[in-house]
Amino acid sequence: MNADLAVGLVLLPMAGALVAFGLPAAYRRALAAAIALGWPLLLLPLTLLVLRDGSIAVVFGDWQPPLGIVWRIDGLALVMLWMHAAVGLAALVHAWPGFAPDRRAAATFWPLWLVLMTGANLALVTADLFNLYVALELVTLTGIALVAITDSTAALRAAMRYLLLAMLGSLMYLAGVGLTYAQNGTLAMAGITALETTPLVLMLAGLMVKSAVFPLHVWLPPAYANAPGPVAAMLAAVVGKTALIALWRVWWLAGDSASQALAMAIGVMGVAAIVYGSVAAMLHPRLRMVVAYSSVAQIGLLLLLIPLAGSDAFVASGFHLLVHGLAKAAMFLAAANIVMALGSDWIRRLPGLDSKLPLEAFTLALAGITLIGLPPSGGWVSKWLLLQQARSNDQLVWMVAILGGSLLSAAYVFRLLAMSCFHASHHARRPIVTRPPRAGSLAALLLALAAALLGLNPTPMLNLLATAWPGAAS
Amino acid sequence: MNDPLVYVLTAAAVFGIGVHGLIAARHLMRKLLAINLMLSAVFLLLLATSAPLGQAPDPVPQALVLTGIVIGVSSTAFALALMVRLVRRQGHASLGRRDER
Repeated sequence: MNADLAVGLVLLPMAGALVAFGLPAAYRRALAAAIALGWPLLLLPLTLLVLRDGSIAVVFGDWQPPLGIVWRIDGLALVMLWMHAAVGLAALVHAWPGFAPDRRAAATFWPLWLVLMTGANLALVTADLFNLYVALELVTLTGIALVAITDSTAALRAAMRYLLLAMLGSLMYLAGVGLTYAQNGTLAMAGITALETTPLVLMLAGLMVKSAVFPLHVWLPPAYANAPGPVAAMLAAVVGKTALIALWRVWWLAGDSASQALAMAIGVMGVAAIVYGSVAAMLHPRLRMVVAYSSVAQIGLLLLLIPLAGSDAFVASGFHLLVHGLAKAAMFLAAANIVMALGSDWIRRLPGLDSKLPLEAFTLALAGITLIGLPPSGGWVSKWLLLQQARSNDQLVWMVAILGGSLLSAAYVFRLLAMSCFHASHHARRPIVTRPPRAGSLAALLLALAAALLGLNPTPMLNLLATAWPGAAS
Repeated sequence: MNDPLVYVLTAAAVFGIGVHGLIAARHLMRKLLAINLMLSAVFLLLLATSAPLGQAPDPVPQALVLTGIVIGVSSTAFALALMVRLVRRQGHASLGRRDER
């Protein structure tokens, strides 16, 4: 077992993408599937290594920092790598019939899917600020191309809005990286000893645009809602989450020098995101927009880690990242099937869903339970730990925010469920337009099940995450 | 005029002009030009901070700028392609409503 295997996490999908662009369109899908299936085989030895040593470091070409690029896989990165593998595989199963080689979009979908996984894995494992910039650019640009793949006016407009804001965000991040380098003489995260407010705020602001923190979220709902189901699942679980992890990591670079006022400001943005996202999700008349706005709210919850700043909050947030990624991907996959079956994504068309598409209704309910944080789902574990941290810090405000956010998410989830199962309407008698493929429904259900069942025995996962807490060393 | 501060201030001013353009311009082409202006400002900042007075310039930021140029060019090319698609679809190059274009 060798830590250099980690290089394969990026090299494998990247080589796959390059080869796929050269292959005839008929074989691209099969190549993507082969790589997605080989992924766990690569992750397994790395997992054993991380469990044994706590973290893996890869130094490229024996060029040590300050000049060389270092990768580091800690518990958090490892958990997220597995989440990418799971969501990637589910998205692949769901996209299998929809992007069959005879479809127009298939020729570009599969290579782009591979590039997206390349960038997402790179963003997780790199411990170098500029490497992170390159990885995030890769993720965002392919994510946007995948949003635009349906070629509808709404999707193109959403992709354009996303692209303009993402470019603004990456510029701010790059400016911050430049200033950080000027001060520290290195780009390796471990070597950064001094981080002043200006570069810190620039980097944070850039990453906030990319991870869609309120009020910089405006690109997110239309982009997620107009993307095909598998793409929306990948955007929610992979693209948004990697930017958020980058945001946490940059914040920890500042260490104790970061001001308390800044942490408070970020916490307030988080609360605003929870309230705004949840209320918008409660009121919006379209199913996929509701799921997308719920992401805005959940991102707000994940921001609370910064003012809470404790090991419990860290473990809870890492765990929530995982379960929310799984649950949200499941919801987007199920929502895509529902839209396909009903021929519309208006919520008033949902009545009768429980008898028309029982699997999808069940998936929505299961994933919804995780979003709300009802026991025994994974979301319950993370919210409980967050509350514990807030209580031990005596930070009542954030406690209220977490509890209020859970209530609000219950409101929008139950609205969907009530409309689907208990609402009498003439729409209930309408026949199904197109029956969605069974494999895609099962993939969504499995993701939702995983998110819900992770709450039953979370301890091993929580212990693994705890080893990655950056405050443990100091 | 070889005080780095002059360049940093210039970079800040150019970046500000770019932000204004990105927000105020309606036509997507103008928005993209504004972003490219900001890109130049960031490169100027990187280079200005890499060469302290009287010392040999640090090559690392220059390498970063080179990578940044590549990424900037590809993003812009992608954005232009997206814009052309959008114009073909909706007949105008803005994200505003048809009536306020």
